[in-house]
Amino acid sequence: MTALVTATDLRRGYEIKQGWFRPPAHLQAVGGVSFALEAGKTLAVVGESGCGKSTLARLVTLIEKPSAGTLMLDGVDAVNPPASAVKTLRRTVQIVFQNPYGSLNPRKRVGHILEEPLIINTRLSKQDRRAQALDMMAKVGLRPEQYGRYPHMFSGGQRQRIAIARALMLRPKLLVADEPVSALDMSVQAQVLNLLVDLQRELGLAYLFISHDLAVVRHIAEDVMIMYLGIVVEHGPKERIFARSLHPYTQALLDATPGLGRKRQRIVPKGELPSPLDPPKGCVFSTRCPYVTDLCRTQRPLLRPLDGRLVACHYAERFLEVQAA
Amino acid sequence: MPLLEIENLSVEFPSQNGMVRAVDGVNITLEKGEVLGIVGESGSGKSVGMLALMGLVPYPGRVRADKLLFEGRNLQTLSDRERCALTGKDVAMIFQEPTTSLNPSFTIGYQLAETLHVHEGMDRKAARRRVIELLEQVGIPAPESRLSAYPHQLSGGMNQRVMIAMAIACNPKLLIADEPTTALDVTIQAQILDLLLSLQRDRGMALILITHNMGVVSDTTERVAVMYAGQIMEQRPTQSLFASPQHPYTAALLAARPEAGDGGRLATIPGVVPGLHDRPPGCLFSPRCIHATPLAEKVRPDLRPWMDGLIRCHYPLGDPTRDERIAADGGGASILKRESVS
Repeated sequence: MTALVTATDLRRGYEIKQGWFRPPAHLQAVGGVSFALEAGKTLAVVGESGCGKSTLARLVTLIEKPSAGTLMLDGVDAVNPPASAVKTLRRTVQIVFQNPYGSLNPRKRVGHILEEPLIINTRLSKQDRRAQALDMMAKVGLRPEQYGRYPHMFSGGQRQRIAIARALMLRPKLLVADEPVSALDMSVQAQVLNLLVDLQRELGLAYLFISHDLAVVRHIAEDVMIMYLGIVVEHGPKERIFARSLHPYTQALLDATPGLGRKRQRIVPKGELPSPLDPPKGCVFSTRCPYVTDLCRTQRPLLRPLDGRLVACHYAERFLEVQAA
Repeated sequence: MPLLEIENLSVEFPSQNGMVRAVDGVNITLEKGEVLGIVGESGSGKSVGMLALMGLVPYPGRVRADKLLFEGRNLQTLSDRERCALTGKDVAMIFQEPTTSLNPSFTIGYQLAETLHVHEGMDRKAARRRVIELLEQVGIPAPESRLSAYPHQLSGGMNQRVMIAMAIACNPKLLIADEPTTALDVTIQAQILDLLLSLQRDRGMALILITHNMGVVSDTTERVAVMYAGQIMEQRPTQSLFASPQHPYTAALLAARPEAGDGGRLATIPGVVPGLHDRPPGCLFSPRCIHATPLAEKVRPDLRPWMDGLIRCHYPLGDPTRDERIAADGGGASILKRESVS
């Protein structure tokens, strides 16, 4: 089966001005990310702030163009699309943002928010649009009488339902969810996660699920991709990675996530994320890694297959031996 | 004598529809050197309760309590001057957003030294030495060079360390941390929690950790109070609370964590937290509780001793006579009614 989304060596850099006389600095927000995602599956992108996961989301949703690399969406080249495919391409991928308080226009009624994508992209009549909006509201668990209400009349969980409904109005095949539950209360988080799972089953959606919360990721995703400073450090099936993580950064993330039930020998990485303007020369994690050697500081490890996943660490075999023993 | 004794604390705010109770009948006792977690969703009153303790509830909020004692001193009758001498010295607080709670127009060195001037009467040189020492303690590299930095020049994690340094500057007996790690990345969160716990151990300081994250609570605290809509629903030692929750709300919260799921559907709590104006007359959790009976919907339960802690529920989960009593109070019918609503 061909994948719905195929990204190959996707890159995005920015020029940062540093003043009148200094040359602009180059910031590599996403540095060579490759993945494939099939319909009905979920790929989770995990990492801390500044690791490039949101930039990746913007690339995949066609909000920004990659500086290099290729992106195929549903068999169409999304970087330089043929003129005939531009419009349909936008409809195949939609996004749900993190903060439902910021992503809904407070001056529009729910009905209008949901119908706007249809007004722009289709020639449906008013009645048809309304019928589709009500249909979608029922799907995400909103009541028909809420059609005419404004966003401020809803709680955070309900607003996120509206945002999800809006994203699904054009029947996309891929939904990019950028931290969809991290702004929600505990008891509501589970409701929205269940909704996402149900919708995926019903509509055969593929999810690119961006999160920093490994507990949520373990629940919802099939594949996990862990990013650090714009680079993928480990990528593979969820079971493999959660059972045996082979990159020290993944291990640190797992140890640091409270309540995952891992014994806390706690390899807490030292210090903080280095500036993305001046990334370490060797391995990106070398400034904080507890196992760092001279090799790590000088040579950047490549992403390579090992034990059923991809990992970018010079010493991944050793972790495999230790954890297998 | 316990370090902190709070009995029947309530905080009210006037509104167009009468008084609104943000905190309702909260009891907390804290011993020296103890770590207490307060968990709750947004709007549960966990932050406002602690602001009341610090005397920081803004006008027109009204704080009332039968007892509000810190080391036996009544906090309600303190004069402004006494209050000023107490807060920041014996009781200190860390807020959620480090970048917004520091003053952007002063250097962190100045802001840290201010505490020492006010409470310890240190001169400039002594304060500077102590500030460097404090920054070192909270794990800020090259502290001397950071003294002249402004908050916007530091990362969120670093700013939170500065806040912690400020809070522990005068060796407080009680540190209240209000969501100290919510704005931070997980690896930084782990560093900050480790730091708070090591400070608490080394100095015998009591720590109240306010959070909405069950994982943080289970990893760091000795005792937990679970708050819902302004009331404490359950308060018990952390281990036994997680092993056998007694309040249906606690049990539902624990079951709804993605950690608890096995990949299938997560257990959910139907409905939403009641707002300030639509509080039910009976048990506050009754509209969302799968066990609620007509009695629970009419009569608000009191916070009472139960097993190794306190609970506010008519039918604690560990009660052997529970099923009979729910049946006797006509529990089954109300469940059907609720399902037709949701």
